[in-house]
Amino acid sequence: MTWFVVHFAQIVFYCLAACAVAGGVGVIAFRSPVRAALSLLATFLAVAGLFVLMEAEFLAAVQILVYAGGVMVLFLFVIMLVKARTMPEESQYLGRLAPAAVCLGVLLAVLVGVGVWAAAHGAPADPAALRQVQGVPLGNTEAVGWSLYRDYLLPFEVVSIVLLVAMIGAIVMGRKETGKEGGA
Amino acid sequence: MITTTHYLMLSLVLFTLGVIGMAVRRNFITVLMCVELILNAANINLIAFSRQLGDLTGQVFAVFVITIAAAEAAIGLGIIVALVRLKQTTNLDQVNVMEG
Repeated sequence: MTWFVVHFAQIVFYCLAACAVAGGVGVIAFRSPVRAALSLLATFLAVAGLFVLMEAEFLAAVQILVYAGGVMVLFLFVIMLVKARTMPEESQYLGRLAPAAVCLGVLLAVLVGVGVWAAAHGAPADPAALRQVQGVPLGNTEAVGWSLYRDYLLPFEVVSIVLLVAMIGAIVMGRKETGKEGGA
Repeated sequence: MITTTHYLMLSLVLFTLGVIGMAVRRNFITVLMCVELILNAANINLIAFSRQLGDLTGQVFAVFVITIAAAEAAIGLGIIVALVRLKQTTNLDQVNVMEG
Protein backbone atom coordinates (compact mmCIF):
# COMPACT_ATOMS: atom_id res chain seq x y z
CA MET A 1 0.00 0.00 0.00
CA THR A 2 2.83 2.41 0.81
CA TRP A 3 4.48 1.36 -2.44
CA PHE A 4 1.29 2.36 -4.24
CA VAL A 5 1.22 5.75 -2.55
CA VAL A 6 4.91 6.44 -3.15
CA HIS A 7 4.72 5.54 -6.83
CA PHE A 8 1.27 7.01 -7.48
CA ALA A 9 2.49 9.69 -9.90
CA GLN A 10 4.47 7.13 -11.90
CA ILE A 11 1.50 4.75 -12.09
CA VAL A 12 -0.71 7.59 -13.34
CA PHE A 13 1.94 8.66 -15.84
CA TYR A 14 2.33 5.18 -17.33
CA CYS A 15 -1.44 4.62 -17.52
CA LEU A 16 -2.01 7.95 -19.27
CA ALA A 17 0.98 7.43 -21.57
CA ALA A 18 -0.34 3.98 -22.52
CA CYS A 19 -3.77 5.49 -23.27
CA ALA A 20 -2.21 8.24 -25.39
CA VAL A 21 -0.06 5.83 -27.40
CA ALA A 22 -2.92 3.34 -27.82
CA GLY A 23 -5.11 6.16 -29.10
CA GLY A 24 -2.38 7.26 -31.50
CA VAL A 25 -2.01 3.72 -32.83
CA GLY A 26 -5.77 3.57 -33.25
CA VAL A 27 -5.78 6.77 -35.30
CA ILE A 28 -3.49 5.28 -37.93
CA ALA A 29 -4.70 1.66 -37.65
CA PHE A 30 -8.49 1.99 -37.95
CA ARG A 31 -9.91 2.05 -41.44
CA SER A 32 -13.12 3.71 -40.36
CA PRO A 33 -12.69 7.50 -39.87
CA VAL A 34 -15.22 7.50 -37.01
CA ARG A 35 -13.18 4.96 -35.04
CA ALA A 36 -9.98 6.88 -35.81
CA ALA A 37 -11.60 10.08 -34.53
CA LEU A 38 -12.69 8.39 -31.30
CA SER A 39 -9.16 7.02 -30.82
CA LEU A 40 -7.90 10.56 -31.28
CA LEU A 41 -10.33 11.65 -28.56
CA ALA A 42 -8.74 9.10 -26.19
CA THR A 43 -5.33 10.57 -26.98
CA PHE A 44 -6.56 14.12 -26.34
CA LEU A 45 -8.01 13.18 -22.95
CA ALA A 46 -4.89 11.27 -21.92
CA VAL A 47 -2.70 14.22 -22.91
CA ALA A 48 -4.95 16.51 -20.85
CA GLY A 49 -4.33 14.21 -17.89
CA LEU A 50 -0.59 14.44 -18.51
CA PHE A 51 -0.87 18.24 -18.46
CA VAL A 52 -2.45 18.01 -15.01
CA LEU A 53 0.43 15.76 -13.97
CA MET A 54 2.85 18.43 -15.20
CA GLU A 55 1.02 21.04 -13.11
CA ALA A 56 -0.33 22.90 -16.14
CA GLU A 57 -3.97 22.87 -15.06
CA PHE A 58 -5.05 25.76 -17.27
CA LEU A 59 -3.74 24.03 -20.38
CA ALA A 60 -5.43 20.79 -19.40
CA ALA A 61 -8.75 22.65 -19.30
CA VAL A 62 -8.01 24.34 -22.64
CA GLN A 63 -7.03 21.00 -24.14
CA ILE A 64 -10.36 19.43 -23.15
CA LEU A 65 -12.45 22.44 -24.18
CA VAL A 66 -10.79 23.13 -27.53
CA TYR A 67 -9.65 19.68 -28.66
CA ALA A 68 -12.06 17.23 -27.09
CA GLY A 69 -14.91 19.73 -27.36
CA GLY A 70 -14.42 21.81 -30.48
CA VAL A 71 -12.02 20.09 -32.86
CA MET A 72 -13.44 16.62 -32.25
CA VAL A 73 -17.02 17.74 -32.92
CA LEU A 74 -15.79 19.39 -36.11
CA PHE A 75 -14.09 16.17 -37.25
CA LEU A 76 -17.11 13.99 -36.51
CA PHE A 77 -19.44 16.48 -38.18
CA VAL A 78 -17.37 16.54 -41.37
CA ILE A 79 -17.06 12.72 -41.38
CA MET A 80 -20.83 12.54 -41.17
CA LEU A 81 -21.25 15.26 -43.81
CA VAL A 82 -19.01 13.74 -46.50
CA LYS A 83 -19.97 10.10 -45.76
CA ALA A 84 -16.26 9.12 -45.80
CA ARG A 85 -16.84 5.81 -44.09
CA THR A 86 -14.23 3.45 -45.46
CA MET A 87 -12.22 3.61 -48.61
CA PRO A 88 -9.40 1.75 -50.37
CA GLU A 89 -6.20 2.60 -48.63
CA GLU A 90 -3.39 1.42 -50.87
CA SER A 91 -1.01 4.32 -51.29
CA GLN A 92 0.46 4.58 -54.78
CA TYR A 93 3.38 6.82 -53.92
CA LEU A 94 4.80 5.28 -50.75
CA GLY A 95 8.08 4.28 -52.46
CA ARG A 96 8.87 7.90 -53.23
CA LEU A 97 8.93 8.73 -49.54
CA ALA A 98 12.06 6.65 -48.74
CA PRO A 99 14.60 9.54 -49.02
CA ALA A 100 12.32 11.80 -47.01
CA ALA A 101 11.97 9.09 -44.36
CA VAL A 102 15.76 8.74 -44.05
CA CYS A 103 16.24 12.53 -43.75
CA LEU A 104 13.45 12.76 -41.19
CA GLY A 105 14.91 9.90 -39.17
CA VAL A 106 18.33 11.55 -38.99
CA LEU A 107 16.83 14.94 -38.11
CA LEU A 108 14.61 13.39 -35.46
CA ALA A 109 17.53 11.49 -33.91
CA VAL A 110 19.55 14.71 -33.63
CA LEU A 111 16.63 16.65 -32.16
CA VAL A 112 15.80 13.95 -29.62
CA GLY A 113 19.47 13.70 -28.66
CA VAL A 114 19.65 17.44 -28.01
CA GLY A 115 16.37 17.33 -26.10
CA VAL A 116 17.41 14.44 -23.89
CA TRP A 117 20.77 16.12 -23.26
CA ALA A 118 19.03 19.33 -22.26
CA ALA A 119 16.58 17.44 -20.07
CA ALA A 120 19.36 15.53 -18.34
CA HIS A 121 21.74 18.43 -17.80
CA GLY A 122 19.41 21.29 -16.89
CA ALA A 123 18.82 21.84 -13.22
CA PRO A 124 15.21 21.01 -12.33
CA ALA A 125 13.44 24.18 -11.35
CA ASP A 126 11.09 24.92 -8.50
CA PRO A 127 7.59 23.99 -9.71
CA ALA A 128 6.12 26.72 -7.52
CA ALA A 129 7.45 29.26 -10.04
CA LEU A 130 4.70 28.13 -12.45
CA ARG A 131 1.95 29.37 -10.16
CA GLN A 132 3.36 32.67 -8.98
CA VAL A 133 2.43 36.14 -10.16
CA GLN A 134 5.35 38.43 -9.38
CA GLY A 135 6.41 36.27 -6.48
CA VAL A 136 2.91 35.94 -5.03
CA PRO A 137 1.62 32.36 -5.15
CA LEU A 138 -1.81 32.49 -6.80
CA GLY A 139 -2.43 29.70 -9.32
CA ASN A 140 -1.51 28.35 -12.69
CA THR A 141 -4.37 30.06 -14.53
CA GLU A 142 -3.53 33.45 -13.01
CA ALA A 143 0.15 33.02 -13.83
CA VAL A 144 -0.50 32.02 -17.46
CA GLY A 145 -2.96 34.89 -17.88
CA TRP A 146 -0.50 37.36 -16.41
CA SER A 147 2.22 36.19 -18.79
CA LEU A 148 -0.16 36.08 -21.77
CA TYR A 149 -1.56 39.59 -21.31
CA ARG A 150 1.66 41.32 -20.28
CA ASP A 151 4.65 39.72 -21.98
CA TYR A 152 2.89 38.19 -24.99
CA LEU A 153 0.12 40.68 -25.72
CA LEU A 154 1.14 41.33 -29.33
CA PRO A 155 1.40 37.62 -30.32
CA PHE A 156 -1.95 37.11 -28.58
CA GLU A 157 -3.60 39.78 -30.74
CA VAL A 158 -1.94 38.40 -33.89
CA VAL A 159 -3.33 34.95 -33.07
CA SER A 160 -6.81 36.46 -32.78
CA ILE A 161 -6.40 37.87 -36.32
CA VAL A 162 -5.26 34.42 -37.51
CA LEU A 163 -8.39 32.88 -36.00
CA LEU A 164 -10.59 35.48 -37.70
CA VAL A 165 -8.94 34.84 -41.08
CA ALA A 166 -9.26 31.07 -40.60
CA MET A 167 -12.95 31.44 -39.76
CA ILE A 168 -13.64 33.56 -42.85
CA GLY A 169 -11.61 31.16 -45.00
CA ALA A 170 -13.49 28.14 -43.72
CA ILE A 171 -16.83 29.84 -44.39
CA VAL A 172 -15.79 30.85 -47.92
CA MET A 173 -14.55 27.35 -48.76
CA GLY A 174 -17.51 25.55 -47.24
CA ARG A 175 -20.05 27.75 -48.98
CA LYS A 176 -22.03 26.43 -51.89
CA GLU A 177 -20.94 27.79 -55.26
CA THR A 178 -23.61 30.20 -56.50
CA GLY A 179 -22.31 30.88 -59.99
CA LYS A 180 -20.83 34.02 -61.47
CA GLU A 181 -23.45 36.47 -60.26
CA GLY A 182 -21.76 36.44 -56.84
CA GLY A 183 -23.42 36.80 -53.50
CA ALA A 184 -24.48 33.88 -51.39
CA MET B 1 10.27 10.31 -10.20
CA ILE B 2 9.01 11.23 -13.66
CA THR B 3 11.68 13.19 -15.45
CA THR B 4 11.47 15.42 -18.51
CA THR B 5 13.03 12.58 -20.51
CA HIS B 6 9.95 10.43 -19.87
CA TYR B 7 7.76 13.11 -21.42
CA LEU B 8 10.19 13.55 -24.31
CA MET B 9 10.01 9.84 -25.09
CA LEU B 10 6.21 9.82 -25.00
CA SER B 11 6.16 12.88 -27.24
CA LEU B 12 8.57 11.17 -29.63
CA VAL B 13 6.29 8.14 -29.89
CA LEU B 14 3.22 10.30 -30.58
CA PHE B 15 5.12 12.39 -33.15
CA THR B 16 6.38 9.29 -34.95
CA LEU B 17 2.89 7.79 -35.03
CA GLY B 18 1.61 11.03 -36.58
CA VAL B 19 4.32 11.10 -39.24
CA ILE B 20 3.78 7.43 -40.11
CA GLY B 21 0.07 8.05 -40.39
CA MET B 22 0.59 11.03 -42.68
CA ALA B 23 2.80 8.94 -44.96
CA VAL B 24 0.73 5.75 -44.97
CA ARG B 25 -2.90 6.82 -44.84
CA ARG B 26 -4.51 8.25 -47.95
CA ASN B 27 -7.70 9.53 -46.38
CA PHE B 28 -7.55 13.33 -46.05
CA ILE B 29 -9.50 13.25 -42.76
CA THR B 30 -7.08 10.75 -41.20
CA VAL B 31 -4.11 12.83 -42.37
CA LEU B 32 -5.59 15.87 -40.59
CA MET B 33 -5.98 13.77 -37.42
CA CYS B 34 -2.30 12.85 -37.70
CA VAL B 35 -1.43 16.57 -37.81
CA GLU B 36 -3.34 16.98 -34.55
CA LEU B 37 -1.32 14.10 -33.06
CA ILE B 38 1.93 15.83 -34.04
CA LEU B 39 0.82 19.15 -32.54
CA ASN B 40 -0.13 17.36 -29.32
CA ALA B 41 3.35 15.84 -29.18
CA ALA B 42 4.83 19.33 -29.59
CA ASN B 43 2.64 20.61 -26.74
CA ILE B 44 3.82 17.84 -24.42
CA ASN B 45 7.42 18.89 -25.14
CA LEU B 46 6.68 22.57 -24.54
CA ILE B 47 5.02 21.94 -21.20
CA ALA B 48 7.62 19.40 -20.06
CA PHE B 49 10.39 21.93 -20.60
CA SER B 50 8.27 24.68 -19.06
CA ARG B 51 8.08 22.53 -15.94
CA GLN B 52 11.79 21.77 -15.97
CA LEU B 53 12.88 25.39 -16.45
CA GLY B 54 10.23 26.87 -14.15
CA ASP B 55 9.36 29.28 -16.97
CA LEU B 56 5.79 29.97 -18.09
CA THR B 57 6.79 30.80 -21.69
CA GLY B 58 6.35 27.17 -22.72
CA GLN B 59 2.77 27.12 -21.47
CA VAL B 60 1.96 30.39 -23.24
CA PHE B 61 3.32 28.98 -26.49
CA ALA B 62 1.28 25.83 -25.95
CA VAL B 63 -1.81 28.06 -25.83
CA PHE B 64 -0.79 29.52 -29.18
CA VAL B 65 -0.17 26.06 -30.63
CA ILE B 66 -3.65 24.93 -29.56
CA THR B 67 -5.17 28.03 -31.19
CA ILE B 68 -3.32 27.46 -34.45
CA ALA B 69 -4.31 23.79 -34.38
CA ALA B 70 -7.98 24.75 -34.07
CA ALA B 71 -7.65 27.19 -36.99
CA GLU B 72 -5.85 24.53 -39.03
CA ALA B 73 -8.57 21.98 -38.33
CA ALA B 74 -11.29 24.41 -39.39
CA ILE B 75 -9.48 25.29 -42.64
CA GLY B 76 -8.58 21.67 -43.37
CA LEU B 77 -12.13 20.46 -42.89
CA GLY B 78 -13.39 23.33 -45.04
CA ILE B 79 -11.01 22.14 -47.76
CA ILE B 80 -12.40 18.59 -47.36
CA VAL B 81 -15.97 19.82 -47.84
CA ALA B 82 -14.95 21.79 -50.95
CA LEU B 83 -12.96 18.79 -52.24
CA VAL B 84 -15.84 16.37 -51.83
CA ARG B 85 -18.09 18.80 -53.68
CA LEU B 86 -15.54 19.01 -56.51
CA LYS B 87 -14.26 15.42 -56.85
CA GLN B 88 -16.54 13.24 -54.68
CA THR B 89 -13.52 11.74 -52.87
CA THR B 90 -11.31 12.31 -49.85
CA ASN B 91 -8.52 10.06 -51.17
CA LEU B 92 -5.38 12.16 -51.53
CA ASP B 93 -3.96 10.00 -54.33
CA GLN B 94 -6.89 10.99 -56.54
CA VAL B 95 -6.33 14.69 -55.92
CA ASN B 96 -3.49 15.34 -58.37
CA VAL B 97 -4.83 18.22 -60.44
CA MET B 98 -1.53 20.05 -60.07
CA GLU B 99 0.50 16.96 -61.04
CA GLY B 100 2.68 17.32 -57.94
